[in-house]
Amino acid sequence: MSVADTDREKGLAGPPGPALQMKGVRKIYNVGDTEVVALDGVDLTVGADEILALVGPSGSGKTTLCSIAGGLLTPTEGAVVVGGEDISGYSPRQLTSFRQRSVGFVFQTVNLVPFLTARENLLVVDEVGPRRGARARARADQLLGELGLTGWAGSLPAQLSGGQRQRVAIGRALMNEPDLVLFDEPTSALDTELGDQVVRLIRDEMKSRGTAAIIVTHDDRITRYADRIARITDGHVEDSGPRHRARRS
Amino acid sequence: MRLALREMRRRPGRFVVATVILTLIAMLLMFLGGLLDGLTAGSTGALRAQQDELIVYSANSRDSLVRSRITPDVRDAVEGVVGPERVAGLGSVQLGARTKGAGPRDLVSVVLFGYERAPRGLPDAVPEAGRVYADDSLRADGVRAGSVLRLGPARSPVRVIGFLEDSRYLGQGSLWGSLDTWRSVLAANRPGERVGDGVVQALVVSGTGADAQATAEAVDRATGGVTSTLTIAQAIDALPGVAQQRTVFNQIIGVTVVIALIVVALFFALITVERTALYGVLKAIGARSGTLFAGVLLQAVVVTIIASAVGVAASLVLDAAIPAGSIPFVATPERLLSSVAYLLLAASVGCAFSLRRVLRVDPASAIGSGL
Repeated sequence: MSVADTDREKGLAGPPGPALQMKGVRKIYNVGDTEVVALDGVDLTVGADEILALVGPSGSGKTTLCSIAGGLLTPTEGAVVVGGEDISGYSPRQLTSFRQRSVGFVFQTVNLVPFLTARENLLVVDEVGPRRGARARARADQLLGELGLTGWAGSLPAQLSGGQRQRVAIGRALMNEPDLVLFDEPTSALDTELGDQVVRLIRDEMKSRGTAAIIVTHDDRITRYADRIARITDGHVEDSGPRHRARRS
Repeated sequence: MRLALREMRRRPGRFVVATVILTLIAMLLMFLGGLLDGLTAGSTGALRAQQDELIVYSANSRDSLVRSRITPDVRDAVEGVVGPERVAGLGSVQLGARTKGAGPRDLVSVVLFGYERAPRGLPDAVPEAGRVYADDSLRADGVRAGSVLRLGPARSPVRVIGFLEDSRYLGQGSLWGSLDTWRSVLAANRPGERVGDGVVQALVVSGTGADAQATAEAVDRATGGVTSTLTIAQAIDALPGVAQQRTVFNQIIGVTVVIALIVVALFFALITVERTALYGVLKAIGARSGTLFAGVLLQAVVVTIIASAVGVAASLVLDAAIPAGSIPFVATPERLLSSVAYLLLAASVGCAFSLRRVLRVDPASAIGSGL
């Protein structure tokens, strides 16, 4: 049985509610004596296996939205529910525990731990969170297999290609069987061909596991593969609605 | 924790500079400690070798064995307080000794002690007149069992019949004979300091147990204040230069520990700055600040343990390699362990300067500028 099958089974255990619900979310930064409104009354729902592309110009608030959804920041106002868990009022310690078990991240510059092998980079999630030991090792091996990296499990990031590193990063994001994976500009550092491969990989991996994803991007290739596009301007989200399935392929 | 150890294993080059510097500091710390212990041992061995708790000087000697004289009536007063069986006489004279085969001006500085109660390492029976035990360090000057040493300008002969360890006094090797031997050598070489029968320089008092200080006060009261009774530890501190030597060395050792602290603080602060992005990512995926700081602390401890191990090994090699009586250096387990403990403490405190930086790493920094 693959990890994807396990994840699907996990999803079948109960009715799949939305992976993310944001209601009236505001985020205000104090910069000196000035208040900067980064998000202003954001309402956003992402379905249990939905891929949402979040697009917008620099400084529009998309990174802040992503950070709040991933429990890296707390909102100034409003409610944030991830996988049925209301994290709006969580303390930093509670948010750390939440991140350990419920969300995955793929960062813009991949950011693998440079002195760890591909397999160890996946197992870092287990090392910093609640230890699962053999189960974690089995999941890491299974994910590496499904991502086509079995032969590279013992390689350091410097020995991997850009695409392979991105796969390892995706594997790391999936290690804790998250309800939601957040991708931060996953193709910004890749050439056209590799970027396209990575986008298809993201879509395939998320869809096969029934895991929701928010992808922060400027890249049109990603919007083509997303289920839905949300545009953000000056902290306001405008939902463009579902894309036509025929346009994805 | 495993992450921190893996980094050290996979990227040892990152830690080489800190390890080398800390190793040099560890060696300096242990060498300084060894020299202090060696100098102290060379000055105080004769007093530490006494199997007694108190030493009684004459009050006008200002706690100096050389100047002190105890007359029989004062001894009677002391024995009246503690009992005659617990009191023994001690005398000393510092002279140049000529060894067989050495040139006429080739003198070895020695201190001849006359004793009634054997110091540690000697048989209870006091040797016959003209026979002495010698401190082990005098072997370096060619003294052997059976050697005849000629002491002072009078060239008073004494025959060495055995050796004892760690009994040097004020940097000189010691000879241990009967009070009669001491009196005759003193009379022959220092006529002005000659003493009559029954006169000694000091008394040693045993069997006071935990009440040493109270007994000392009782003795001085009983003699009407003509004595100054000290514990052996106080007598050691009263030796010329010993307390000053210890203070100076301890200050240098303290500064060395502070330098170790600064080295660790700077090195790990730099490493922490370099790791800010990595810590952001690790925090984003659920690492706690405490876990990350524990990793930094573990790395500092490992670096310190490696440096300390080299320092300990170097100290032991130096201790074994230097001939007795040359450089005053002793590598004692207490000194080596305390040096390691100081270094570990310095590393831990030094590391703590990185804690604030680790705490301040914002996990949100991992995914963008924050706006």
